[in-house]
Amino acid sequence: MKYNNQDITFSQEMMAEVERIKGQFPEGKQKSALLRVLHLAQEEAGGWLNIPVMNQVAKMLGIQPIEVYEVATFYTMYNLESVGKYVLEVCHTGPCAIEGAEHIIGYLEQKLGIGVGQTTPDGMFSLKTVECMGACGYAPMMQVGEFYHEKLTEEKIDRFIEDCKAGKVSVGTWKMDKMAIN
Amino acid sequence: MATRKILLANDHTPGIQTYEVYRRQGGYRSVEKALKNMSPDDVVEEVKRSGLRGRGGAGFPTGMKWSFLAKPEGVPRYLLCNADESEPGTFKDRYLMERIPHLLVEGMICASYALGCRNSYIYIRGEYKWIVKILERAIAEAYANGWLGENILGSGFSLDLYLAPGAGAYICGEETALIESLEGKRGNPRIKPPFPALKGLWDCPTVVNNVESICAVVPVINDGAEAYAAVGVGKSTGTKLISACGNINRPGVYEIELGLPVEEFIYSDEYCGGIKNDKQLKAVVPGGSSVPILPAHLILKTASGEDRLLTYESLADGGFQSGSMLGSGGFIVYDEDQCIVRNTWNFSRFYHHESCGQCSPCREGTGWMEKVLHRLEHGHGRMQDVDLLVDIASKVEGNTICPLGDAAAWPVASAIRHFRDEFEWHVREPQLSQQRNYGLAGQTLAIA
Repeated sequence: MKYNNQDITFSQEMMAEVERIKGQFPEGKQKSALLRVLHLAQEEAGGWLNIPVMNQVAKMLGIQPIEVYEVATFYTMYNLESVGKYVLEVCHTGPCAIEGAEHIIGYLEQKLGIGVGQTTPDGMFSLKTVECMGACGYAPMMQVGEFYHEKLTEEKIDRFIEDCKAGKVSVGTWKMDKMAIN
Repeated sequence: MATRKILLANDHTPGIQTYEVYRRQGGYRSVEKALKNMSPDDVVEEVKRSGLRGRGGAGFPTGMKWSFLAKPEGVPRYLLCNADESEPGTFKDRYLMERIPHLLVEGMICASYALGCRNSYIYIRGEYKWIVKILERAIAEAYANGWLGENILGSGFSLDLYLAPGAGAYICGEETALIESLEGKRGNPRIKPPFPALKGLWDCPTVVNNVESICAVVPVINDGAEAYAAVGVGKSTGTKLISACGNINRPGVYEIELGLPVEEFIYSDEYCGGIKNDKQLKAVVPGGSSVPILPAHLILKTASGEDRLLTYESLADGGFQSGSMLGSGGFIVYDEDQCIVRNTWNFSRFYHHESCGQCSPCREGTGWMEKVLHRLEHGHGRMQDVDLLVDIASKVEGNTICPLGDAAAWPVASAIRHFRDEFEWHVREPQLSQQRNYGLAGQTLAIA
């Protein structure tokens, strides 16, 4: 239980972003900021949400920890276990399946030496399947961090994996541009 | 027939994402017109007379939805834009927001003015993270140029517009689940009534509109209701964005005038460009995965032999016996090689995954359908499974709080209605069905 009470400190930058988001909702409705704050917290906490991180989010929004857990367990974008640096989320719903999503998933499994839901031992890659991402016309596709990678082929995947290993791939951030802050 | 472009008139103009170019192209004219020359009720009337119908899937008249909004004294009202686009086959809102973000901002200002909202929110699916940034940039530009904030254009109308990203849940596209999610909760749909128009976000009167519907308000105000209603056929006025995917030569987002024949849409080089690799058309899901699938002969012609048109009415002609729905405009095309059983199993897995679990018929039924379809597809089916699926689907449909139950039942029921032979073949030929697809009318085809 010591672990569960561990103190979490988020960056100043994130705290400022949390204040901005809280300000978008009327007084007393700050819980509405929860989904977005969880995205930020997950990003700072290394890609997944553990109990101390969720407890800290609850404290910041003045709500009960259970209110955070029930949300974190409902939405698929929150990871409740540790994940790799690059999380490859491959869509396998109808339109992507027509265009060979299963082949792409098989190719990735073989290339990375892991199954769906697993992470490579070096902590670089995790492989997930996801449901429709709204890229049906550009199938097959996967999302890695902020960005979509569409019309996937084996060659594109090879190149992408190389680029990741060379540190050339950005996964983006939930923090907003300075110019977009109003 | 070359389509008149209304929403996508300048989507290819370089720099249209930026305020300067958008404004130079006539952007924000509708806000000037509405705030200076029209009362909020005038705007509602204009939208009513335009015949604009909800572009998210249900097709309910937008102006009428607006007129239901309760307006108790001293209680804030909210406009929420539904940008949770997650219906398989649908990727049109994404295109609008990525390409012309200011169009949505402009539409939100006009619609908020019409409804008397002081704060409005765009609820966008979390996966569209990069679009959150595009929109927040557009919103910041709108503030900087006086289109948002206090006393816009000196009219006394003030508006703050915010983005609220979701976190991965199809169900949040349902309006009451969206409201729950925006309140920072699980996306469990609410029992209606009370409808959001009476009790929505934080128990205040609320309108939820799809991205495309809100964007369409801009041309309705600019050109007038009559000009908008002059496009289209009958009660299907204006244009609709159709996102086309599957086995076609030119997948993508197309703006069509409502009334375009389906055949022209599929085969014209202006749109889908025909079936890929010169194959035959087998089936189409015309409005996102939830609507009934139709075999080639019923998507091109209605049961009574008329040309099937891309309108709300024509696609629904014949009811579910021989028709389907325009839905969200997610147009999925299947060629002769596609396995209907496999596709139906895939969709069932989707609905099982996305069921929020609140109502037993949906929570359990979607799982059962997935399981039975899985065994049919993998060579372990029994002949009675086909009727079992029809039975489960009929017991899920109409017995849930929200329409996800219907959405899960319709693809299964319609696939069996139109392709029963193919399901039975999977039972009769468990080995063969693992080696090849049934194809068109049982022809021998290799598994793709």
